[in-house]
Amino acid sequence: MDLIRIKHVEKKYKNGVTAIQDLNLAIEKGSFVFVIGGSGSGKSTLIKMLYREEKPTKGQIIVGGLDVAKLKNKKVYKLRRKLGIVFQDYRLLPKMTVYENVAFALEVIGAKKDEIRVKVLKAIEEVGLKNKIHNYPDQLSGGEQQRVAIARAIVNDPKLLLCDEPTGNLDPEKSMEVMKVLDNINKTRGTTIIMATHDQQIVNSMKKQVLILKDGHLVNFKEKGIYDNEAI
Amino acid sequence: MKLFRMLGRSIRDAFKSAIRNFSLSLASISCITITLIIVAIAIMASFNVNNFTDLIESDLTIVAFVENDATEEDLKQIKSDINSLSNIQEIKFFSKEEVGEQIKQESEVFEVVLEEFKDGESPLKDTYQVKVKNIEEIKRTAEKIKKIDNVAVVRYGEGMVEKLVSAFDSIKKVTYGIVIALIIVTIFLIINTIKLTISARKREISIMRLVGASNFTIKTPFIVEGMILGLLGSIVPVIFTTYGYLAFYRHFEGYLYSQLIQLIKPEPFIYQTSLIVIVIGILVGMIGSASAVKKYLKI
Repeated sequence: MDLIRIKHVEKKYKNGVTAIQDLNLAIEKGSFVFVIGGSGSGKSTLIKMLYREEKPTKGQIIVGGLDVAKLKNKKVYKLRRKLGIVFQDYRLLPKMTVYENVAFALEVIGAKKDEIRVKVLKAIEEVGLKNKIHNYPDQLSGGEQQRVAIARAIVNDPKLLLCDEPTGNLDPEKSMEVMKVLDNINKTRGTTIIMATHDQQIVNSMKKQVLILKDGHLVNFKEKGIYDNEAI
Repeated sequence: MKLFRMLGRSIRDAFKSAIRNFSLSLASISCITITLIIVAIAIMASFNVNNFTDLIESDLTIVAFVENDATEEDLKQIKSDINSLSNIQEIKFFSKEEVGEQIKQESEVFEVVLEEFKDGESPLKDTYQVKVKNIEEIKRTAEKIKKIDNVAVVRYGEGMVEKLVSAFDSIKKVTYGIVIALIIVTIFLIINTIKLTISARKREISIMRLVGASNFTIKTPFIVEGMILGLLGSIVPVIFTTYGYLAFYRHFEGYLYSQLIQLIKPEPFIYQTSLIVIVIGILVGMIGSASAVKKYLKI
């Protein structure tokens, strides 16, 4: 079954730049998709439209049964609760510990205390940070901070995990650690993962679905893809 | 259940973040404190001005002098005629003899002068002293009393009273205006300070949005925090109001410059003012936070 369906989507920014043009796409539940493309290819815009930071100017985006383009500002939280988001810059709260940062995601949606404890510990264990639970973000390495962000993104058991250049700030070794965590989440939880990246090595070693964007157009979408420099 | 849990968390988070963002909280609190002190002074000044103008106004009377040849019957008739007018608060009768006694007490000169007259030749007249309900209508009422039979002369401090009344009216309007203007300025000042403290936390708000917090959930802790800041900010102004006014009242022994300008007794006045100050503090903190956070709920 398709988790995401994108039909004839166009995104034109107010400054006149067209980031996405007539995009049609369906992504199955449980898949792991790399979105690759050069700067200005529309990778980030695509991810942003999926969590409704940006609205498409034309077309329809359905995520888990919700019509994202028609979602009102007040109702955006309904979509956000179905998905987890990981950014290049981690976006952790510096004055909260690892545990608090992850628990934050459940507290603000009104979960019970016992439930929070169980889920948070499970998520932190999954990203391998059980021994750093009471540390603050500035006491962690970049890779560890990104894993905290991943724990926060998956703690609510989302169907979809969106990653916008999650390894962009990390060295290759730490990047692979993060990728292992993501792969593991995809396999054990069955979470659909969509990850925008320009890291050639990661894409080639993971052998997942690859979606290539160029100038806002879909160039290629195939299984076990590689980072095709020529296509980009 | 869920609502209570969320409210509980909001209150806890509000306290936490007020402490975590201590320097910013302190900035807001200081701003609220200073402006509320000014508001408190303005409130106390305006209440006092209104109080003494009211007191002076209530002392103003119309004096109606009765013709010398009026009989007992006529006196009764005059009283009932005056009473039938609409603007009458109180009416008192003073006979010639009583008026004489009063004047003698006021000055020795009058006493000597009055001694010169024999009984029955007294220059004084029986009088009615009339207090009116609405001081602005005093002129019209005086004219009506003058038309009553056997009333010789009517005096109410013509000219002086009108000036006084219109002066007091302007003073009242001006003091109310100042208080309202100050409260509005305070609100803007506080809103801006809170906006600063909140813009330092837009990251937190955007993360809340990202992880699926509803706008209500995001707003509530900030509003509660604003109320807490407002409450904390009104502590010093309340102490200032209570002890400051008490000291002021004692220093001047209840009067300013002359017996005419009476200050309001400290109790319960200081408590009422303190309550007003606290309520303004809390409301302003609340409104400030709510309007400041709104801007960041659109990401």
